[in-house]
Amino acid sequence: MASVAESEFPLASRRRRRFTRQRIGRVLAPYALLAPAATAIGVILGYPLYLLVKMSFEKYGLFELIRHKGRWIGTANYAHILHDGEFWRVLARTVVFTAVTVTLTMVLGTAMALLLLQVSRWLRVAITTGLVLVWSVPVIVAVDIWRWMVDYEFGVANWTLTKLHIGNFIRHDWFANPWTGFGVITALIVWGAIPFITITVYAGLAQVPQELLEAAAIDGAKPWAVFREVTLPLLMPIFVILTSLSIIWDFQVFQQIWVMLDFRPTSDYYTMAIYAFHQSFQISEYGLGAAIAVVMVLFMFGATLVYLRQMLRTGEVQ
Amino acid sequence: MSSVTQIAPTPVAPVAPRGRGRRRRTRQLGWNLLGLLVLAVMVFPVYWMVATAFKPGQQILSYTPHWVPTNPTLSNFRDAIHQPFFWNAVKNSLIVVSAVVALSVVLAFLASLALAKFHFYGRKAFIVLILGVQMVPLAALIIPLYILMSRLGQIDKLTGVIAMYLTFVLPFTVWTMRGFLLGIPKELEEAAMVDGATRFGAFVRVLLPLVGPGLVATSIFAFIQAWNEFIIAYVFLHTPAKQTLMVWLASFTTLRGTDWGPLMAGATLCALPVVVFFLLVQRRIAFGLTAGAVRG
Repeated sequence: MASVAESEFPLASRRRRRFTRQRIGRVLAPYALLAPAATAIGVILGYPLYLLVKMSFEKYGLFELIRHKGRWIGTANYAHILHDGEFWRVLARTVVFTAVTVTLTMVLGTAMALLLLQVSRWLRVAITTGLVLVWSVPVIVAVDIWRWMVDYEFGVANWTLTKLHIGNFIRHDWFANPWTGFGVITALIVWGAIPFITITVYAGLAQVPQELLEAAAIDGAKPWAVFREVTLPLLMPIFVILTSLSIIWDFQVFQQIWVMLDFRPTSDYYTMAIYAFHQSFQISEYGLGAAIAVVMVLFMFGATLVYLRQMLRTGEVQ
Repeated sequence: MSSVTQIAPTPVAPVAPRGRGRRRRTRQLGWNLLGLLVLAVMVFPVYWMVATAFKPGQQILSYTPHWVPTNPTLSNFRDAIHQPFFWNAVKNSLIVVSAVVALSVVLAFLASLALAKFHFYGRKAFIVLILGVQMVPLAALIIPLYILMSRLGQIDKLTGVIAMYLTFVLPFTVWTMRGFLLGIPKELEEAAMVDGATRFGAFVRVLLPLVGPGLVATSIFAFIQAWNEFIIAYVFLHTPAKQTLMVWLASFTTLRGTDWGPLMAGATLCALPVVVFFLLVQRRIAFGLTAGAVRG
């Protein structure tokens, strides 16, 4: 019947066929454009994510690594971790470290953004340039700089603190005690993270309508009240995104500690990422390492969800 | 708050009593002093690296710091580049970076074209995917990645590292490129087509030149990421001759004790390209991570 129709109305059907081919092209085009990127993400991010979960339920040691095949052992890895005191210590240490670092980063970064509003124009340009300079320093370079500054013998930090009569820091080894050691690492990370926070918050502050601030001031609100009641609510989306990003970045801290302590941190310095790395690459218990990593991902999931929702709500979806 | 930032005086200012003006000026001075202090503290570590790099040995190993390199020397830089494997590391970093930049720009451009110019089933899911995938911690993925790469025979190979870097920068570059493409009004393209250009012609003559800055920004982002990355290179490249600059720099001290002068010179050299490129695109990078967060 189709052939009859075709012979009866040859022109119309040809037009219709061209029309559909064009339509199929338009429907398929976006998928063809996406295919290369989607394939790369699928193979190198998607599949390993699946593999990570699978491995966390397997015995996966050196033998299995050579055979390219794990052995299913159910939840034994998780049971092992949860009954391990070391794991809980590492988890608590990572949570505290993240809380302190993120709080310091956000508070100092925001304070500096507010300071940028107050200083003269030339100084604002100078500070912004300085911040971008700091921002651009590669992490490994930053670690080397800080390691040099807190060197126990010739470091400029020990000399300065001694001169300022804060205490006797001559030949003080900051890494002998994990508390001061983490203090240095926190300082390094906060120093490196402030520029991004300050510049982003300042960009947000600059977009707050002046009339609102003036109206509040005319109504007799004190500067702090203006900040809390007008500026803060308007900047909330930015703060949510920056805080969740900072949590995500700081919770998985690895290279700063790893390089700062010469590739062999003692277990006092283990955070989740280092603990997982140690279990898999140093004692070849890849299954255990995977289970630790899964727990780490789950912990970060909350921050990730908040970030995603905010990004979709604000950046979306023209 | 606002009057500080304005260049022209507000109408209120001339009427204000003299005492208040002086008080404001002192307060301004106070803020500026605080600002200068903050600037000095923030920039000092970078200054200290560069200063140390130019100091002769006895000024570095001194119990009282020498704040300014009074007898600047290049000997630290000479020592740094004569360290074993420096030139291998430079070559490897250049190979990895240029491959990642070229591939990521092409793939990201194609993908963002789909996201910005087409409506299709699964579009939103893909956007969620590329935003979410950025958040998966590398420290967690490195274990299965190692397994995957060893199955594919890509351990200790630059190609494996390139493939991983490419994938890690893709979400961000796609997202940023999409922002650039969305910024171009549809009417421009349509006008070109009304004037007789084909869809492809409109694309080449109108879209491509306008999206140029976006291509530059994303490729510099890919450059910075690939140049700075450490963990992947450290885990996957075992042979010293195959390592990248950041691994070279990180293992600098463990080679023969801590030699601060050459180390700081090496650090300066490793930071230099990134600093230059960063100053070129920093606004775009801040924009991409928080795009549209304040839109009133």
